[in-house]
Amino acid sequence: MKFKKLFNKKVKTVNIGLDSFEKDLQQQGQEVTGLDWTPPADLDEHVLQTLKENQDKIESANEKVLEIILNGKPYLIGLDIARNVIPGMKDNLLLHAGPPLTWERMSGPMKGAMIGAIIYEGKAKNFKEAEKLGSSGKFKFSPCHEHDTVGPMAGVVSASMPVFVLKNEEYGNYAYCTMNEGLGKVLRYGAYDTETIEKLKWMEKVLYPTLKKAIEFKEKIDLKNIIAQALHMGDEVHNRNRAGTSLFYREIAPAIVETCKDNKITAKVLNFINGNDHFFLNLSMPAAKVTLDAARNIENSSIVIAMTRNGTDFGLQLAGTKDSWFVGKALVPDALYFSGFTKDDANPDIGDSSITETAGLGGFAIAASPAIVQFVGGSATDAVNYTMTMYEIAYGENNIYQVPYLNFRGTPTGIDVAKVVKKGILPFIDTGVAHKDPGIGQVGAGVLSAPMQPFIKAATGLAKNLKK
Amino acid sequence: MIKSLVKKGEYFDSVSLMIVGQDVSKMEYVQDATVIMATQENKSILRTAGLYKKEFEQYNDTDLLIVVKSDFEDKFEEIFENVNNLLNKIRNKKDNQGSYRPKSLEGALQEQPDSNLALISIAGRYAGQEAMKALEKGLNVMLFSDNVSLETEIELKKYAIKNDLLMMGPDCGTAIINGVSLAFSNIVNKGHIGIVAASGTGLQEVSSIISEEGFGISQAIGTGGRDIKEEVAGMMFLKSMKILQDDEETKVIVLIAKPPHPSVVNKIDSKLKNFKKPVVTIFLGTDEKLFNSDNFIAASTLEEAALYACALSNDTEIIEVTKFLNERRDNFQKIIDQKVSEMDSQRKYIRGLFSGGTLCDEALIILRKSISNIFSNRSSSKKSTLTDPWFSKEHTLVDLGEDEFTVGRLHPMMDYELRNKRFIQEAKDLETAVILFDLVLGLGANQKPLKDLLPTLNKVKTIAPEISLICSVTGTAKDPQKRADIIQVLENNDILVMPSNASAAEIANLIINKI
Repeated sequence: MKFKKLFNKKVKTVNIGLDSFEKDLQQQGQEVTGLDWTPPADLDEHVLQTLKENQDKIESANEKVLEIILNGKPYLIGLDIARNVIPGMKDNLLLHAGPPLTWERMSGPMKGAMIGAIIYEGKAKNFKEAEKLGSSGKFKFSPCHEHDTVGPMAGVVSASMPVFVLKNEEYGNYAYCTMNEGLGKVLRYGAYDTETIEKLKWMEKVLYPTLKKAIEFKEKIDLKNIIAQALHMGDEVHNRNRAGTSLFYREIAPAIVETCKDNKITAKVLNFINGNDHFFLNLSMPAAKVTLDAARNIENSSIVIAMTRNGTDFGLQLAGTKDSWFVGKALVPDALYFSGFTKDDANPDIGDSSITETAGLGGFAIAASPAIVQFVGGSATDAVNYTMTMYEIAYGENNIYQVPYLNFRGTPTGIDVAKVVKKGILPFIDTGVAHKDPGIGQVGAGVLSAPMQPFIKAATGLAKNLKK
Repeated sequence: MIKSLVKKGEYFDSVSLMIVGQDVSKMEYVQDATVIMATQENKSILRTAGLYKKEFEQYNDTDLLIVVKSDFEDKFEEIFENVNNLLNKIRNKKDNQGSYRPKSLEGALQEQPDSNLALISIAGRYAGQEAMKALEKGLNVMLFSDNVSLETEIELKKYAIKNDLLMMGPDCGTAIINGVSLAFSNIVNKGHIGIVAASGTGLQEVSSIISEEGFGISQAIGTGGRDIKEEVAGMMFLKSMKILQDDEETKVIVLIAKPPHPSVVNKIDSKLKNFKKPVVTIFLGTDEKLFNSDNFIAASTLEEAALYACALSNDTEIIEVTKFLNERRDNFQKIIDQKVSEMDSQRKYIRGLFSGGTLCDEALIILRKSISNIFSNRSSSKKSTLTDPWFSKEHTLVDLGEDEFTVGRLHPMMDYELRNKRFIQEAKDLETAVILFDLVLGLGANQKPLKDLLPTLNKVKTIAPEISLICSVTGTAKDPQKRADIIQVLENNDILVMPSNASAAEIANLIINKI
């Protein structure tokens, strides 16, 4: 009898509500855990009911999804030109970050990047021409995510761009991502001037063939291993990739020296990688993507398989709802702004990089990354609390990616949309912030919670499928 | 002019916000201010307060509204900054408690896996769901929140009974489990008297008197006031009786309730027939003839119930209790004569200002024995219902803990401000002869009652020295406010402090009848 158990035992209370009740219990010397309770999402009761009734189904689907995510083996296996490898890639197709988007609704940096890509492809000579072409309907736009691809910030990929090729060796699926351009005037932040295009051309003509040869020489590079180590070295591989980049550099440098006969090029390529702390971001992202994509189309699962922003909208996809996008307005991050910029300059959240959070990295692993706590409010405790909070909406914990500070506890992995709406706790993303105007670039870095709307829609969508 | 600041997605509990709201209202340059979550209910409060703005429509439950009325346009920025500081203080207090504070029950159970009780006091609309979650995880529940629907209550209690769990509440303010006082409870001795109560302040009064008499409580289970209504059918009340019958520590049982529905009376009655432990009942205002069983002792006041229980657990004849009470009554006479002699002729009415609902009920029952017409906001008959609870009429007893007084305000046991104003209002009425009031101590209640109450009582005496101020103090020596100390100071200030709520009502009754 349970109440007997209560009568003979010490009362151990969970206090949900008034803090004073918790203090009163503490003063009586009692064990009590107080909640920092948040109200659940404003959700249709029938949806909750359906989710509850189908809990077993959802549970076993989620179990499967988590297993696939944890078993994923992301390897870098090569480099190629987008047109040759990305499924459905065409010369008049431009891929972008986030959920589907029309030209008219594109934000400044997104439009800027599109214009840059059109110029890069040689279809236009200047802004005016490119803008005309972009709005003419001659180019089609499609989310990277629908082409096994991810891209940071604007995430624009055009047919001639070189891309990393990743393979999930456990499940045989692939993912693609461009190479990171570094900081300053860069396409991903919507820059399209000559300097930007010239850098992209150098990357295509010099960096690409050199790296391609080096990777061919290495055959493949185990990215899961690098990410796991990077977490132990203070990265969360979204906003901080210094350790990941260094580890990758150690892997690739000897191979470049072996395979590149031109010393000057060798030096330039090595310096380029070494000089860009975010070089590894464009590997951590597709590593997350290739891991998560293997778990697509597991019927009834409430686990988020993609979470992404296009600078206008925030969208997500569930493992259990096929290719449906659940979309809401993208928010502006709370950020630490570079000097001379304020929140007024910031574009709403943009980029596929929140795929890292979706895979249990980035904001979910921020407790592993004390070096960037300024972005999250200043104290290491804040960072730990963010990760702790994410455990409450994660379906499981990672087997390989760990947080040293939390006694090497696995990172919270597999965002469960049911938990998000029931607990009113939103996924936490730490991210770069783009200027709202094209061509200006990064103005800060910061944090934000995902908007609730897409999660409500996703829960509703899942419930609809379950009812069928 | 009214200006507002909105913080989207920032949730604070209502008590914290009320405290902040009070502090803001007291700020320089501020005429009026409210700090609340943008729920539908709160928006209508804003409308009533004349602080509503059309733009608030777009905000909802998880958005924080800070609305300030001031004539100083250039001061708003400063005011809002101060509000922000106050809010940050609350946040940081929480954040700096060292370890992680979970946000959900599931998270809490990871931190403290062997939890066995959930104490829930969030807004009613969410509370039912949280309570069900807790029951499903095998936790006993004390649900402090009100505004939980009847259907939800029934669903929760059915589930609890099926799974052999305690489901105390909704609207359960008081319980003492294994010697641990929860929510609005007093710190009492541990002992062998078990209590089942569908009334929070009733439980507080009985358990405190027992403890002050040197006896103790084994378990005191609250059921919430609606449990004994027809719809809930006494589910938890009956279950708790059974639990206490089976509990080895419990030797004597006290049952406390406002009148149960006749169908529930029948159920209690038949349970009592075969009861193996001595039972004392105090069903305030219930006709004893409804009971067929004589296997229990019916008390007529909360105090009597407490004393009977003490006597039973001590093998004392209960006639001794009656004797004691009669003797005490005889000693009242001198006090009455003195009070009556101080009164001037036009003063003839009693005004009761209560923070405890059951205490108000009990006083009503006692006074109505000889005063035919008493108005109250707790009357069941329309004739004696106070048309406007904000204003007394002839003989009046008000419970300031009723909904009409607590919307958007802390309960009068915590915050005396509203009752203090009412004291002054009654003092200015030339027909007021007696002001009868309760003072409830213990956890949850005001922690500095004298500081908050004495100035008002003294002001009453300045305005109208003839008025008799009569009260009782519900509490114990172990309570943080220390009952004996409080009584001492009140008596030093010429307040007539009676040993119980019932005796305070009785003496008030005798005074009114004599003038």
